Amino acid sequence: MSSAISYQEVTKSFGSLRAVDDVSLDIAEGEFVAIVGGSGSGKTTLLRLANRLIEADGGTITIEGEGVRDVDPVALRRRIGYVFQSGGLFPHLSVADNIGITPKLLGEPAAAIATRVDELLELVQLDRAAHRDRLPQALSGGQRQRVGVARALAAKPRIVLMDEPFGALDPLTRDALGDDYRTLHRKLGLTTVMITHDMTEAILLADRIAVMRSGKLLAQGTPAELSKSSDAYVLELLRTPRRQVERLSTLLPQSGAA
Amino acid sequence: MSLFTDPRWGEALAHLPDYLGNHVRVSLAALALGLAVSLPLAILTRNRPAPRGILLAFASIVQTVPGLALLALFYPLLLLAASVTLAWFGLSFSAFGFLPAMLALALYSMLPVLRNGITGLNGIDPALIEAAKGVGMTARQSLLMVELPLALPVMMAGIRTAAVWVIGTATLSTPIGQTSLGNYIFAGLQTQNWVFVLFGCLASALLALAVDQLLGQIEGGLRQRSRARAGLGAVGIAALVAATLVPTMGRSSSGYVVGAKTFAEQYVLSALMRDRLQVAGLSATARSGLGSSVIFEALKAGDIDLYVDYSGTLWANQLHRTDIRPRAELVAELKTALAKDDITLLGELGFENAYALVMPRRRAEALGIRTIADLSAHASTLSIAGDYEFFSRPEWAALQKAYGLQFRAQRQMQPDFMYAAVASGEVDVIAGYTSDGLIAKYDLVALDDPRHAIPPYDAILLLAPKRAGDERLKTALRPLLGKIDIATMREANLRASGNDANSSPDAVAKWLWEKVGGR
Repeated sequence: MSSAISYQEVTKSFGSLRAVDDVSLDIAEGEFVAIVGGSGSGKTTLLRLANRLIEADGGTITIEGEGVRDVDPVALRRRIGYVFQSGGLFPHLSVADNIGITPKLLGEPAAAIATRVDELLELVQLDRAAHRDRLPQALSGGQRQRVGVARALAAKPRIVLMDEPFGALDPLTRDALGDDYRTLHRKLGLTTVMITHDMTEAILLADRIAVMRSGKLLAQGTPAELSKSSDAYVLELLRTPRRQVERLSTLLPQSGAA
Repeated sequence: MSLFTDPRWGEALAHLPDYLGNHVRVSLAALALGLAVSLPLAILTRNRPAPRGILLAFASIVQTVPGLALLALFYPLLLLAASVTLAWFGLSFSAFGFLPAMLALALYSMLPVLRNGITGLNGIDPALIEAAKGVGMTARQSLLMVELPLALPVMMAGIRTAAVWVIGTATLSTPIGQTSLGNYIFAGLQTQNWVFVLFGCLASALLALAVDQLLGQIEGGLRQRSRARAGLGAVGIAALVAATLVPTMGRSSSGYVVGAKTFAEQYVLSALMRDRLQVAGLSATARSGLGSSVIFEALKAGDIDLYVDYSGTLWANQLHRTDIRPRAELVAELKTALAKDDITLLGELGFENAYALVMPRRRAEALGIRTIADLSAHASTLSIAGDYEFFSRPEWAALQKAYGLQFRAQRQMQPDFMYAAVASGEVDVIAGYTSDGLIAKYDLVALDDPRHAIPPYDAILLLAPKRAGDERLKTALRPLLGKIDIATMREANLRASGNDANSSPDAVAKWLWEKVGGR
């Protein structure tokens, strides 16, 4: 299977701070990878290097076999979906205009964009009539993030990058959105890289998890593979979901299937 | 007569379409130019702190220059530029009126537009700029589709401030020849026509308020992302501009332009000359309230066609002479000198408006003073008052030298107040103006100058170079030459200093004509 995204010995410094320090990571086509780490671990920098929102100092990054430095960064960003933390929606544009922005930049005809927007609203389960012409400020946090996902998918990308997409939402909404996205990921055959600081979310959504700390890639693998890691930090990260499960199973009696 | 039934309100109202239309036109042009320059500069420097700092510092300094001085500065600057373009490219333009006013006002509008433009653009959430990049916008698309629309409400607030400043400051463009609502204020102050002053202040304040409110609607609409409200404001502005500009459109301003400086005598004389031209079937308008440094250059450049100046003033300011000649000789020499610039000195009106030492008649008689020579014996026990420039003028030095004058004290005063001050004994002697009507009103006497220390200030009629061969014009004006003696002019000035309807320059000009030639 070929790599959708490949980082080889990638380095990025901000002044004296090594934000990404010699990281190599391959993400296969169709894979859902979560990058987990605390704040300042370099996980956001690593993500942004992929669509050149940040330029690497050293190493090579390829997207679908092409070196990112060999392509125009604007064209690159238009073909990669990007979901921003808490939406990143343009407050002066309606939901429909926000969703249709990348196709518009690509010069697609207005009628085609309108049809696409309707499809996408349905895909992210937003009511077309109720939401299409609203401004982002009139939406709830969860609805905004659904619009953010729809916007990222508008130009039919094969790769989607997500920067802590569900972090600011309440647990119920977060759960529902995560599940819905996971379904979309599979249905559309996407390659997804998601940043999160929450190991539980990573385990529940991703096929594979990469753990970052102080700019270094500490470990990568499926949840099962990670649990065999000898790294103390990785094990520490895994302890939280385990404890949650134990606690929950004792506090919440098993309910019979309804 | 009550304030509200005063006929001068009607007279003021008759000028409104002209003054308001010109006021709006120059303000609008200045604002448009200011925006066209400031907005791109704000955009270019938003991420460059060093040039941004320099730009804002420059705009702030411009703002500290008093509006009147800024407007006045642009006149010589443009004259210089016009002479350069004439020499190099054979192109000439008018440095008078609209152009200098517009440029100075545009400069004045820059600070709020720049400051709010930069603040607006820098105040955008960086996450949104990142998002614009992330969805695939180029830097230009990000600016046009995201940054500018988001900064618009803040920018609009700056434009609103600039508009109010420009409308207010435009009232000061009268002295450089741009007709504006300031014409009411300047004319009113000089002729003590408080109705005009009040009318001008009210009109410009109402205009500024209306524009502020309408732009406020646009700004509010942009903030609330309400197209209806922003559109309403825009329609209101468009309607206001159309309503003020349309009445003056297509009104040709061809014909003779009669200039006047900023004091009552000049207002009366320009109205008199305008009436004479109109009677002769020539179309003529008066352009009053011009600064005394502007008016001669405006005549030379042909921006005005004729005006009355004073021989001694041109002698000192244009020929830079300090020697003193008898009246007729000075005028003859001046005539020859002006002819080199193709300016026609048509002739003297008959009176002089010179500096003179003035004191109450009774007091002078009691002390046996008839001339300045008599005065010098008493000077050490007396005090003298003069206007703001008198004591630094060559005339004062010449007087002191010729008569050995040493006063006990000297004070500077607003000219209007000097006469009352000397009449009431507040000061003993003043340096007044020989044609001032208040000399008669307060029963004062102007002392003779037997040693001719003060140069003559004959009122002389000047024609622009392009009117040098205009016989119809000369024929229309000749009846005024030599006809206005000092007593008549004093009485005319006294009438003009009154505070009722008969004291308007137009009314006094009619009285003056009946007196000197109209019988």
